[in-house]
Amino acid sequence: MNYDKLLNPVIVAEKPSGIRRFFDMASTMEDCIVLGVGEPDFKTPWSIREAGITSLEKGRTFYTSNSGLIPLRKEICSYLSRRFDLDYTTDEVMVTVGGSEGIDACMRAVLAAGDEVIVPYPSYVSYGPMARLAGATVVPVNTKAENSFRLTAEELKAAITPKTKLLVLPYPSNPTGAVMRREHLEEIAQVLRGTDIFVMSDEIYAELTYGDEKHVSIASIDGMKERTILINGFSKAHAMTGWRLGYACAPKPVLAQMLKIHQFAIMSAPTTSQYAAIVALSQCDEAVEEMRSQYNLRRKLLTSELKRIGMPCYDAEGTFYVFADIRGSGLSSEEFCERLMFEKRVVVVPGTAFGDAGEGFVRISYSYSIDHIQQALRRMEEFMNGLKK
Amino acid sequence: MEKILSLIEKQPMLTPAQIAAMLDISEQEVAETIERCKKEGIIKGYRTLIDWDKVSSNHVKALIELRVTPKKGRGFEEIAQVIADMEEVEAVTLISGGYDLLVEIKAKTFQEIAMLVAKRLSPLDDVYGTKTNFVLRPYKVSGVPFVEEDKDERGLFL
Repeated sequence: MNYDKLLNPVIVAEKPSGIRRFFDMASTMEDCIVLGVGEPDFKTPWSIREAGITSLEKGRTFYTSNSGLIPLRKEICSYLSRRFDLDYTTDEVMVTVGGSEGIDACMRAVLAAGDEVIVPYPSYVSYGPMARLAGATVVPVNTKAENSFRLTAEELKAAITPKTKLLVLPYPSNPTGAVMRREHLEEIAQVLRGTDIFVMSDEIYAELTYGDEKHVSIASIDGMKERTILINGFSKAHAMTGWRLGYACAPKPVLAQMLKIHQFAIMSAPTTSQYAAIVALSQCDEAVEEMRSQYNLRRKLLTSELKRIGMPCYDAEGTFYVFADIRGSGLSSEEFCERLMFEKRVVVVPGTAFGDAGEGFVRISYSYSIDHIQQALRRMEEFMNGLKK
Repeated sequence: MEKILSLIEKQPMLTPAQIAAMLDISEQEVAETIERCKKEGIIKGYRTLIDWDKVSSNHVKALIELRVTPKKGRGFEEIAQVIADMEEVEAVTLISGGYDLLVEIKAKTFQEIAMLVAKRLSPLDDVYGTKTNFVLRPYKVSGVPFVEEDKDERGLFL
């Protein structure tokens, strides 16, 4: 059988993630120091794990309702209100299999063939493929280092056409660490008010922003909630990646369609994880804060040392990534990462894995111990010094 | 000061410049604080943690519990000082519970430790009871695991 001709041409045309190729190479090498992963190094706080275990001991091993346990949805609403001044009710919340499922359900519920989706790049790898699978066309907006990789109102205006259906707003941003503060979101909101454009705001890194101001959700900005599908979850802030649990919040008519997709494709999110997540939201604000302060120390260490060795990164204010500028090396992102890996056994991810706009940058994750980061820094410094000769 | 101390307690290799960047203070302030802490005896020293069992078998440790009679007016200070001055003694700690002092001793053989207890610790006037616990295997020392650490199982770069 000629599979490539028989299978869905949309998915056949999608290239496998460029990150995968790097990881496969690195995993065959000894003595590699990896700064590549996209998940916390912390284990899930014990009280959350215990809640999962207790739910199993009590035999809570059945499906939950499609949209998720009511106590969990209540906790989600109270958390979003407490942390981000968002006003959602339990019937505007759906518990999903990670933030990823929320992204998929949102795209499939909102988009139809011929619709356009505006996606700022560099960004997380799944938005484009999911939009195309939903039949839509992706309109990329390449954000700029000089704007700290924020989406600007001008860039957004220039990308909008009569076919624009959805804006993906992936902030705090993987891979750039960029954050949209209230004033930046107000400008975006100004462009969107009065249009029929939806916003999918992927706020999975909302808890991981640094500095005095906390994360602001576009849904909390005047006139935006009615068009916003909010994606969040437990993977990053609560160090729960393997539990596969997230949630989506949206106006009831939107959520009703997403819920049908969820019902057909998933039934309900994992029950054990849902019980654990109730504790994550009700008892773990302090644990989240402690992890954030650890990330912040590492962020400052990395930012200042990278600047010193000639790989400056603008002051990334969110996530656990910095996006280091390697244009001074004279190498492309991929060449840089390959040589760094083969010559010094340090693995970082080329910016181009997140779209062409990432050329000239590499993504460095700091979800690693300070010792680990220091070792990697020493090797990167040797590498940079070697390039100068 | 406490922030600096808790950083270098676990990561003594951090440079003043790195600590300064991490805590948003000046490099000079970091250097001065560390210097002051050394002078005031807050920072006691820097050691390297070595798993000697991996180097040779000539290393034995014992934790010896001592029951002692405190001296009037001077309590446990005098006897603790006498024991601390012995070269083989790594640590002396006043403890609550069934015994009074916990003495950590390092030597080449079990025999050496046994002799030290019999000939030097037990005969001390104030000591009226000893219990020798040989260390069989350390699992964690000063917060550092001495057994195989969990491998980083994280494999996705997304």
